[in-house]
Amino acid sequence: MKFERTDEQQGFAEAIGDMLAKADTVGAARSWIDGDTAAGLGIWKRLADLGVNALLVSEEDGGLGGSLVDLAVAHEQLGYHLAVGPWIENAYLSTALAAGAELDAVAEGAVATVAVAPQVPRALDGDVASARYAVIDGTLVTATSGTIRTSIDGTRRLADVASTGTVVGSRELDAAFDAAVLATAAQLVGAGERVLADSVTYVKQRKQFGREIGSYQAIKHQLADVRIALDFARPLVHGAALGEVPASAAKAYAADAAYLAARTGLQVHGAIGYTAEFDLSLWLNRIRALVTAWGTPAFHRGRVLESLVN
Amino acid sequence: MDLTLSASELAFQAEVRSWLAANVPAEPLPSMDTAEGWALHQEWEAKLAAERLSVVSWPKEVGGREASLIEWVIFEEEYYRAGAPGRVSQNGIFLLAPIIFDHGTPEQQARFLPSMATGEKIWAQAWSEPEAGSDLASLRSTATRDDARGGWVLNGQKTWSSRATYAHWGFGLFRSDPDSAKHAGLTYYLFPLDADGITVRPIAQLDGEAGFAEIFFDDVFVPDADVLGAVGAGWNVAMSTAGNERGLSLRSPGRFCAAADRLVELWKTHGVDAPQTRDAVVDAWIGAQAYRLFTWGTVTRLADGGEMGAAGSINKVFWSELDIALHEAGLDLLGPDAELLDSPWMDGFVFALSGPIYAGTNEIQRNIIAERILGLPREPKGAQKEVQK
Ligand SMILES: Cc1cc2nc3c(=O)[nH]c(=O)nc-3n(C[C@H](O)[C@H](O)[C@H](O)COP(=O)(O)OP(=O)(O)OC[C@H]3O[C@@H](n4cnc5c(N)ncnc54)[C@H](O)[C@@H]3O)c2cc1C
Repeated sequence: MKFERTDEQQGFAEAIGDMLAKADTVGAARSWIDGDTAAGLGIWKRLADLGVNALLVSEEDGGLGGSLVDLAVAHEQLGYHLAVGPWIENAYLSTALAAGAELDAVAEGAVATVAVAPQVPRALDGDVASARYAVIDGTLVTATSGTIRTSIDGTRRLADVASTGTVVGSRELDAAFDAAVLATAAQLVGAGERVLADSVTYVKQRKQFGREIGSYQAIKHQLADVRIALDFARPLVHGAALGEVPASAAKAYAADAAYLAARTGLQVHGAIGYTAEFDLSLWLNRIRALVTAWGTPAFHRGRVLESLVN
Repeated sequence: MDLTLSASELAFQAEVRSWLAANVPAEPLPSMDTAEGWALHQEWEAKLAAERLSVVSWPKEVGGREASLIEWVIFEEEYYRAGAPGRVSQNGIFLLAPIIFDHGTPEQQARFLPSMATGEKIWAQAWSEPEAGSDLASLRSTATRDDARGGWVLNGQKTWSSRATYAHWGFGLFRSDPDSAKHAGLTYYLFPLDADGITVRPIAQLDGEAGFAEIFFDDVFVPDADVLGAVGAGWNVAMSTAGNERGLSLRSPGRFCAAADRLVELWKTHGVDAPQTRDAVVDAWIGAQAYRLFTWGTVTRLADGGEMGAAGSINKVFWSELDIALHEAGLDLLGPDAELLDSPWMDGFVFALSGPIYAGTNEIQRNIIAERILGLPREPKGAQKEVQK
């Protein structure tokens, strides 16, 4: 019994975190919003060099043969640093695609995306990806990218998809969905951690009425509640990765925790936090989008209850 | 990262499970805050102790089995899953015993621990005073030196002392240096509650039962042999258990997981009539699982030599709010029957309501989390400074 990251997992998290911290992920995200994807794709490539894209692909299929815990560890970093691109979709596809050319491409770092209606009706970055898929009536098919819809998180370019009619070899679509749900939950924890960290920094430095606002209990207690919520979200994500609880339990709780972080983070920043120019906004909008992405909280609560009653 | 138990841990789990299955009373015992229930709870402790199951983590000489932290969590999980009786001895075994192990003399350990393990002597915590609640260090009850008799004379008043109505011994802090202020000059004393000069006055709680009591001290003599730790070091001695109370030992995950499982069962029978409670049921179950998993993380860190520290405050706020949420969901499911006093849900709810108040209120815990974990600035001078550590 050892319920903590292994040294290897810790090292992996640090490698990803260090790389992203130096990579100007915020600049890349802002360019991505403006339609210039070069910087974001450059970061995608560097994450792929670290193996993030191929974590769930078995070694015989050219991947790392990692575990869902490894996936959670990596995605928490992606959330913390606001990585752009269809990473959650990558977790889905690397589990869903049967061995073959399509999976090889994913394992080699191709940007691929997928829509899984009804929970995921559109394909993230459908116009950027080199391969697009859709699950229609339980069948994985290749898809075309249509109209791009804009999310409150401008980095999420959501493409309407249509089937090309070509069925793709698939396996374990349910497990793939849970892997994506888990990845989303981990990203939410990471994004929530970032909002909390930035908020703590801010309230220690901003003064009103002659004192740091962080010395007021009204501020302290709200941030303490965020600390508590995130501290209990992470074990659920890791526990779900180990099969101790349904992935849906982790997603529902992580969404609540990150959302609390976002609401609180905005409140303790005051008006500056409400501006697009201030970088916090990127995380606030990311969290709002991820709360309902890959299944709404209500959907996941329903799934948890089903698993308990049956 | 893995949550698998070793062969010996699994064997321990199986032994505990089968013993409890054979021995847990079929009908819940009457409340321990009644004379009849008190006696039955003490009997139950003796039965546990005969099997060395009352204090599994203690050394063998004083009634334990030297169980590891992991085994302790396993024991607790099984204990609550089996629906076994509440622990009338809990404040002694969880709050006082760790101090006696760390600060007590060998003579004190030999004299106090075995009868605590068997439940023969039940201990009450006497820290709070009418004017010293959250600001415990402002306590005023005094201890005056009596060289002639070789001891101390206690005066003053303690209050809210759980189970003091029927308990045999008390443990508490007194100001032994009259010129001292706040944390300095406090000493930790142990005293029989039937000593000359002690008056115990029961206080009825929300549900009408006398679950705690006031204790009045009128020239109560305590021999030197019953001073715990060094004279004047009472604050530090006491604070070494505050972490226990807030952190792991007072509220093991087993309690909440068992309640969550009962809640799911209740949903199966009552959910059709109260579909709006669905989210509350699910969230309570998820919360209990979060607490279980979080605890395994804590256990891993402690087993690797880490310390609980201020993280105990995170624990405390979470379990106390979870406990209320779990029972509120149960009450919602019961509908108009919820208010009936004979249901375990109302009983559990009333008990849960006190969680955010005792063991350091949740406001104090949030101050600690904000200042010690997040590193936010302390309150300005003059305002509350002396939070319980
Ligand atoms: C069921 C139960 C069992 C108990 N058992 C025992 C026992 O066995 N032994 C024992 O010694 N004591 C016991 N207590 C007492 C308990 O420890 C105290 O109630 C607790 O320390 C709070 O003190 P208080 O009640 O005086 O409240 P106060 O300290 O007066 O607090 C009242 C309110 O003010 C808030 N507050 C106080 N200071 C601050 C601050 N600095 N910042 C923000 N808010 C603040 C509190 O959070 C609370 O909401 C028990 C209490 C209960 C309810």
